Amino acid sequence: MTIVWESLAKIGFMFALIMGMVVVLIWMERKGAAYIQDRTGPNRAAILGIRLAGLVHPVADVFKLLFKEDITPDGRHRALYNLAPWLVMTIALSTYAVVPFGDFLTVAGRQVPLVVADLDVGLLFILAIASLGTYGVVMAGWAANNKFTFLGGVRATAQMISYEINMGLALMGLILVFASLRITDITAGQADLLWGWLPKWGVVVQPLGFILFLVSVFAETNRNPFDLPEVESEIVAGYHLEYSSMKFALFFMAEYAHMVIGAALIATLYFGGYQIPWLPRPALEAHAGTLLTVKLVAVALVSLLIALLFMRRVQREKGKFGDARDREPVLGMGLWLVVAVAAAGALLLKPWAIGPAGASVFASLAQVGAFLVKLVFFAWLFIWVRWTLPRFRYDQLMRLGWKVMLPLGLANLVVTALVVALV
Amino acid sequence: MSFEGLPQGSGAKEKSFKESLYLWEVLRGLGVTLRHLVRNIFHTGEMPTMQYPEEKRVYSDRFRGRHRLTKREDGSPRCVACQMCSTVCPADCITIVAAEHPDVEIEKYPDSFEIDLLRCVYCGLCEEACPCDAIRMDTGIYEIAADSREKFVVDKDFLLNNTTDGTR
Repeated sequence: MTIVWESLAKIGFMFALIMGMVVVLIWMERKGAAYIQDRTGPNRAAILGIRLAGLVHPVADVFKLLFKEDITPDGRHRALYNLAPWLVMTIALSTYAVVPFGDFLTVAGRQVPLVVADLDVGLLFILAIASLGTYGVVMAGWAANNKFTFLGGVRATAQMISYEINMGLALMGLILVFASLRITDITAGQADLLWGWLPKWGVVVQPLGFILFLVSVFAETNRNPFDLPEVESEIVAGYHLEYSSMKFALFFMAEYAHMVIGAALIATLYFGGYQIPWLPRPALEAHAGTLLTVKLVAVALVSLLIALLFMRRVQREKGKFGDARDREPVLGMGLWLVVAVAAAGALLLKPWAIGPAGASVFASLAQVGAFLVKLVFFAWLFIWVRWTLPRFRYDQLMRLGWKVMLPLGLANLVVTALVVALV
Repeated sequence: MSFEGLPQGSGAKEKSFKESLYLWEVLRGLGVTLRHLVRNIFHTGEMPTMQYPEEKRVYSDRFRGRHRLTKREDGSPRCVACQMCSTVCPADCITIVAAEHPDVEIEKYPDSFEIDLLRCVYCGLCEEACPCDAIRMDTGIYEIAADSREKFVVDKDFLLNNTTDGTR
């Protein structure tokens, strides 16, 4: 029975993580895009004058979309039209089942592996589920009975077929190097050091494979520069053109959920997943006391610094708006001061004398933290690239997929196989 | 049809090997956007964005905003209902109904003076045509909004009481 509760807890954690990341990513996308283009971005929506630098906007959007009229086209295929957004969302979420977000957590003497389903064929599962996601897109495109949506769906299919092959070929190299299809094995294998100093990350042993995989993931997630199924300049909004209110929101959220899974895959397969470089788990547990103390001191100092920055804002922007928004810097300063005091206060509990059980929990949490940092970075990479690169033309997309990446992937596979056979 | 003499597309340009790999160029592009991002994070106040309802752009004195009717010293409209402005108006947005003025020297005055702000093209010809300096567009008001079309047809009282500071 415990295993059921464990699994439910892990699924709940993953679901909360993805949904939280979706909100944060929407915020990062809008704010990051604005700052890259020298704009200020969203800064209006507020709860009692607290704007959180625009983080309230996704919440406001959800409420807006919930109460919007659901306009549906007349000639739609009713069943498929209603099924498509749910299919896209469900499939986007189910990929997370095999991604480990930590090593293991010791709870009441039991070691709980921090992955929902540790499949023998995890990589195959990912490839299979990732390509299923396109079905929802094609269904949406066809069922809406609109030429633009249909074109979007057709484009998504052709793009998926072209880039799925490259993704599989890139992953083949990784499978050869780590000799396993199980994702936890691949992540564990990346804890070693090459020649005693270089972390044996996937990106180090498979640099070309990493680039191919990265490009394929961008194509699979329909993100710029590969967002041809939904190009507004050519086919209005592509496959989700005829959807409105919450159904549109599901497509929108699924896009960001896909980004999170893409980032999680890049981090897990090519950047060591939850592994902290040069600090494998035994070292983490052995030096837990020192590390925890250093961490607490760092947290206290950083939050103190942020509180000081807020204090500057308090002085500079006194009475700037003349409404509830003026309280914002004061509250920000108070919040960060509380964090700083809490971190400093935790030092009184003698964290340097932490016991072995605590050290184990600390090591697990530190690894989960490392995974989250990598996840956020690669999710940010998606946004960063979107606001940097122009979009491909469709023939350029196909040429890149079939004439450049496919031969490169095959060559990478052959070279990797030779090296693995010789070493 | 021959394509000779037409400008060649960018594909005609010879690319060096480094350029044809694209990866280096992509990284350079990422560097450009990152530079903008970091600069804007640390210098938020220097962004050119105007926070519109709080901050407003200051236009020059010659900016043509919403019209106003000027008054005589006794507060009655300066307009003599000569129909010059409504005649010259290229958008045909001014409607004047004239009436006889009790003062024989003034002759006429506008019984009603209506401007359809949705039809107006803000060309300023009415100002120039007016022989009495009775209509002006110097209010500086550019936030012209209403929730129905009827409210955009403004009458004499409204135009007489338009403020000139551009804050309404």
